[in-house]
Formats: sequence, C-alpha cells, structure tokens
Amino acid sequence: MGSTAVNLVLTEEQEELRDSLRRFLADRSPMSRVRQMMETPEGYDRALWDRMAADLSLQGMAVPDTFGGAGFGQVEMSIVMEELGRALVSSPFLASAVLATNALLALDDADARRELLPSIAAGRTIATLAVAEEGRGWDASKIATTAVLDGDGWRLQGTKTPVVDGFAADLVVVVAHAGGELGFFTVEGDAPGLSRTRLAGLDLTRQLASLGFSGAPARRLVCEDAPCALNQVLDVASVALAAEQLGGLQRCLEMSVDYAKARAQFGRPIGSFQAVKHLCADMHVAMELARSAVRYAAWAADAAPGELPVAAGLARAFCSEAFFKVAADTIQVHGGIGFTWEHDAHLYYRRANSSELLLGGPVKVRERLAERLGV
Amino acid sequence: MAEARGPAELNFRAQARTWLEANATRRSDDETAGGRRWDLASARVFQGRLHDAGFAGIAWPMAYGGQGLTPADQRAFDEEARDFELPGEFFGIGMGMCGPTLLDLGTEEQKHRYIRPLLRGEEVWCQLFSEPGAGSDVASLQTRAVKDGDGWLISGQKVWTSVARFADLGALIARTDPDVPKHDGITMFVVDMHAPGVTVRPLRDMTGGATFNEVFFDGVRVPAENVIGEVNAGWAASVRMLMHERVSIGGSTRSRRGCAFGSLTEVARSRGLDRDPVVRQRLADLYVRERVVHLFGTRLAQEARLGRNPGSRGSVGKLAGAELARFSAGVAAELLGSDAIAWDAADREGARWAAAILSAPAGGIAGGSNEIQRNIIGERVLGLPKEPRVDRGVPFRELRVGTRLSSPLSTPRSRLRGDPGEGEG
Repeated sequence: MGSTAVNLVLTEEQEELRDSLRRFLADRSPMSRVRQMMETPEGYDRALWDRMAADLSLQGMAVPDTFGGAGFGQVEMSIVMEELGRALVSSPFLASAVLATNALLALDDADARRELLPSIAAGRTIATLAVAEEGRGWDASKIATTAVLDGDGWRLQGTKTPVVDGFAADLVVVVAHAGGELGFFTVEGDAPGLSRTRLAGLDLTRQLASLGFSGAPARRLVCEDAPCALNQVLDVASVALAAEQLGGLQRCLEMSVDYAKARAQFGRPIGSFQAVKHLCADMHVAMELARSAVRYAAWAADAAPGELPVAAGLARAFCSEAFFKVAADTIQVHGGIGFTWEHDAHLYYRRANSSELLLGGPVKVRERLAERLGV
Repeated sequence: MAEARGPAELNFRAQARTWLEANATRRSDDETAGGRRWDLASARVFQGRLHDAGFAGIAWPMAYGGQGLTPADQRAFDEEARDFELPGEFFGIGMGMCGPTLLDLGTEEQKHRYIRPLLRGEEVWCQLFSEPGAGSDVASLQTRAVKDGDGWLISGQKVWTSVARFADLGALIARTDPDVPKHDGITMFVVDMHAPGVTVRPLRDMTGGATFNEVFFDGVRVPAENVIGEVNAGWAASVRMLMHERVSIGGSTRSRRGCAFGSLTEVARSRGLDRDPVVRQRLADLYVRERVVHLFGTRLAQEARLGRNPGSRGSVGKLAGAELARFSAGVAAELLGSDAIAWDAADREGARWAAAILSAPAGGIAGGSNEIQRNIIGERVLGLPKEPRVDRGVPFRELRVGTRLSSPLSTPRSRLRGDPGEGEG
C-alpha cells in the first residue's frame, strides 16, 4: 500500500534542491543575462549550460547512475524544470536532458544508452528529439519522414520542424518511418545531408529549428514498439514541460503581486482595488491548482506508471491554460509598462503561448486525455 | 490512490466499515438516484447508535462525550462513510461548526451540557449569523441583545439559517454594545430555539426547495451563562466558527454527486454524444478541473498532516470548488440538451438534473462569497493592501449599515421579504 500512496509534498532534501537551484539561477542567469543571451545568434547561454553540469549535474538529474547520472526521478526533474521556467532560462535543457534523454531511456537499445547517455548527462553532448513535421504537428501517426537502408546503414529523407534546439544539437534523435513501421534514429548534428535552419520564434528564449534530411546517414536504435515508446517519452516530457509552465506562472504571479503593492493610482496602491486584487487572487488559485497537478503527475511518473498517461495529460492541459491566462493577466495588472519591450512580462507571455503549443496543442492534449479516460 | 496509513488507523477503519455495513444503507451506485430521505426521529435514533458504537465525535475529547481519537481516525471514518447514507443533514451544522467552536471557547459547564447531546443527535443545532442587511459584512449585524437582569433579551432577524425548523439550539451573534466599533460590540450566545419569541419561517430558494429559513427573535430571553466566550468578544468567536465552516464545506464537496465527470460521461454515452469531438473536449476539460481541485485538497491535507497549517489557503479550495460547480452545471446543461429544459413531470431524473443545475450558484455565495474568498486570498495570502474603510474605529451607532441609509437603531425594518413586524425592535 505504501508504494502506491500518492505524495504531493516535497521532502526537505527536495526543497533544498529547489532553494539552491533558485540561488544558482538568480546569480548566474538573472533576467539581464537572459535578455543578453536571447539577442545572440546561438540564443542560449553556453557558459551557464557548462556550470549547470559542472556545479549541479542538472543534465543528468533523472539519468540512472550507471550512465553517469544522479539517479533521481521525475519529482526532482520537475523541481529543476520549475526553477528553469521561473527564471526563463535560455538553454537546451528541455531538448537534451528531457526529450532526448527520455527517448534513449524509453527505447530498448542498451548499447546506445551506454554510448550516448553519459556524455548527454554530463552536458558534453547536446541532444534533441525531432518528431514534429510541417502541418502534421507532434502526431506520430502522421509522420512522413522516411528511413531507407543503404548498405549496412540507414539514410533519412524528410523535414522535421519545429525541432527544439535543433540548431545547437550535437545529436538528433529522429522519429521516422522505416518500411511499414515507425523507428527511432540518431543523426550527428554535423552529418552530411542534414541542413539546419534557425527559425524565427514567438518565444525568444527557446530556440527552434527546421531540420532537412536529404540522405543523412543515421543509426537505427533498437526498439520493440516505437509508437508506445514515443508516447512514454512525450508523457514524461509533458510532465517536465508542465513543471516549467508552473515555474513561469509562479514568477508572473510574483511580479504582479509586487507591482500591485508598489504602483499607486488614485492615491492608493492598485492592489487595494478589488478589480486588481481579485485578478491576483485568481492567479494564486491557478498556481495552487497547477502545483497540485504537477506534483501528482511527477509522482505518477516515478511511482505509479499506470497513472502517468492520464496524469501527464491532466498536468499539461491545466498548466498550459493556466500559465497562458496568468501571463496575459500579468500584462494587464502592469498596464502600459507591461506592454513595453523593457518589461519582462512579454517574455513570459511569449513563453506561455509557445509552450502551450509545443508537444501538441491543447485540443490534441484534451482529445488524448479523453481517449485515455475511456470516453 | 490510497493514502499512507498506520496500523491503528487501518484497524479503526476496518471497524468503521464493518459497523457501517451492518447498520447503514449503502449509497446507490447510480449517481443520479436519490439519496435516502431521513425524518428527524429516525435520524436521531441512528445518530444515538452511531455514538454508542464510538463513531460520533471521533476526535473530540472523551470528557465531553467524544471518542478521544485522532483527526486521522475521523478522516478514515469519513472516507468509509462516504459510501453510506448517513443523516448528516440534521447534524452537520452542530458537528461541523457549533460543536468545534464550543470545544474551542466554551466553559466547562457548557461543554458538559451541550457536547454529548449534540453528538447523540438529541439536540439539533443551527447557526444564526447572516441577516438581511449583513451578508458579506456580517460584523454590521443589527440583531440586538440587551441586558435584562442577569440575562439578555434578543430582538432581530436572521436569515439563511439551515435546519432552523428542526433545531433545538442555535449559536447566535448579536450586538451587545452599539457605542463601540462594529467588531467590538458583538457577543455570541447559545439560544433555545423553542423559547417564546422565536419564529422560524422556511425560505424558499431558487431551486424551489426550502432548506434555509428566516428566524425572527422578539424579546427572546437568554440566561447569562449562555454567552460563548466573552461578552463583546463575539467577533473572534464568529471568525473561529466561520473557519470551521470553511473546513466543513471544503470537506463536503468531495462527496458531491450529480454534475461530475463520471455521471456526465454516462450521460454523453447514453445519448450517443461520446464520439462528438466537441463533447470530448468538454468532458476532458471537466475532468481536468475536477481533478485539480481534488488534488489540491489532498495536497493541503498532506501538508496539514506534516504540521503546516493550511490557514487562509482553505479559501483557494472553496473558491475553486464554487467555480467548478458552475462550470460542471454548464457542461451538464450542454450534454442534456432539451432534456435539461423540459422533461416528463413524472421523470425523477429530469427533476434531479434541474436541481443540480439550479443549485450550482449557491457555492459561490454560501460560507463566504467568491468575492470575499478573493479578498481573503489577496489580503491574507498575497499580502495585498486592504481597501480603505469608512467604518474603521467608528462606533457602530454612527455607521450606515445594512441596506438602509438612516442610523441603525432607529428605524426597524426587515429588508428581505416584506416586514414581518417582529424584526429588529
């Protein structure tokens, strides 16, 4: 009975992890640094990435220690993602430590795990997962990219877009059709036949790219049931992304409350007006409910895998909608200043909108959830 | 999703289940079927047996008739009892609000006098707070208690009083000093609902039912020993009782039936709507909203178990629950379609759905409106500044209170429905 008891409360150690991470990011990635990095061609902070690995081993947080990771679970990962989301950190963490790492963990390729994971977990290799295609979204049943056998190797043909941090990636895990079935492949970032294009994006703090494969050499990963593995990867990634959304929501709430206390109009703080106070109260409710959903989904990922498909959909559906509403209301609470380039509110609004559509938008998330609930 | 439990609690839970199986009626699996209607006499008998068996006042002190066990044991019993038809409608106010407040603030004599009969269902309690002119602003209440020898004479009108028709006793707040600021001149009393001068009238609500009442007090005599807490310290006692109320309402939402994901999915299926993509979106949305409110409740309970006081965060659950009720009623109406607006007069299911849809707005008003909950969250949780107040430090006598424009103690008028003539004197 103990193993299936739902736990929605963090341990002291987990709270310490959150606190130390928050201090680290306040020190190493303040908003001034985030803004500086988003203006660079790379769009992310390589120095911060290296420190995340060297000082805190974040990239290997949920990688088993046999592959050089810290061996923690999705609860710890959700704490990391929440803090990264709160600080709006520009890094390929979602791509490498979440999407690609979980793909390798979900597949049945022990050799690939042994060869690739230690370097990814140490932050030396930046990896990503390429699923979505133009006009087809993240729907596995609509994938058109193909892999053909050429001698004793495979070659990929097709276009993947958008690929999270596809331009920075040293290694791309690609989902493609091989004959009649879906398969997972890896392609080196600098492989011949791979052309990479940086995309302009709504979210200035997450880098998206289009990857064109024209006969790029690929290695096929061993996998019994690719659609099932892909579901598993996307479910775990959904929990991580929901946690990142929660972090952004939390920061928007804090910004709004601080501003409502400090800004005076009509001779009193605007937060004393119920119209503004109630908007902030609704943000707080959204935060409490989103946090409950994320804790549950992370717990399910670690302790009750049978509940994960529903829990992941639940957390994603709620956090997507909640973060977007809170980010928009944050601009509203700030009034004119919230609509300026200088204010950070628009960066969160961009992230909220973009994250809602990543890995499949809200309509898709709800349909999958309905299906999983047996409706 | 089971909770972690210790062996003693498991044992208690097993005893509770065994007793309930043997002595209570299991709720019907059909969520739309009606629950058992209790009459007061059989409810009293059942409650007495429940107390004899050791399942009433589980976490209350033994000295006054409780069982002296832990809140975890009480939760275990509540979870088991959720599947059974218990006569909660008569005793909920006493158990959830008046009893806990008496345990907090009552004298030894009061606790010995009132708690045991309350737990045994021998005395039904009601709570007399709201007035026609004092809803969200309860502290502006106008019911007066005037010193009369060694007791008090109470005059005024209360409203929204559940179970008043059946109540033997009530916890009432009244103005005992109009010359001090409004919060400082209120006292809480135990009143005998059978005393001369007490008139109870059913108040028909928008569902067509009459679970609430108006209660009129016309010079009702109350002895001095019936003061709960201190004279003129009734506001603190009220805050305490309202806190118990919020916890008690929060706890009861978990067992709500009707417009829930499970029953509405059945409705969709039975009408062949479950393949409709829009309906599927709505049902998934309902599931998400329902589940996050429930998960928040679980999280708060787990934190409370670790010693973290939920404090004002209870308002989050109450507000979210009220909004969920409105949302679910909307989904229900959408799925029921024309069956929600017209049904065969003999069709109990049609009437029941109508009642579920019509009762949805209540949650956003009862026990502190959504607006009051948002103020509590804004001010006590987020630390936002209060509105400037026109009544701070002003003696009650000089305030404009209620819904009228003249001074409070000169023009007695009832505001809600006509003038009963025996309202505030």
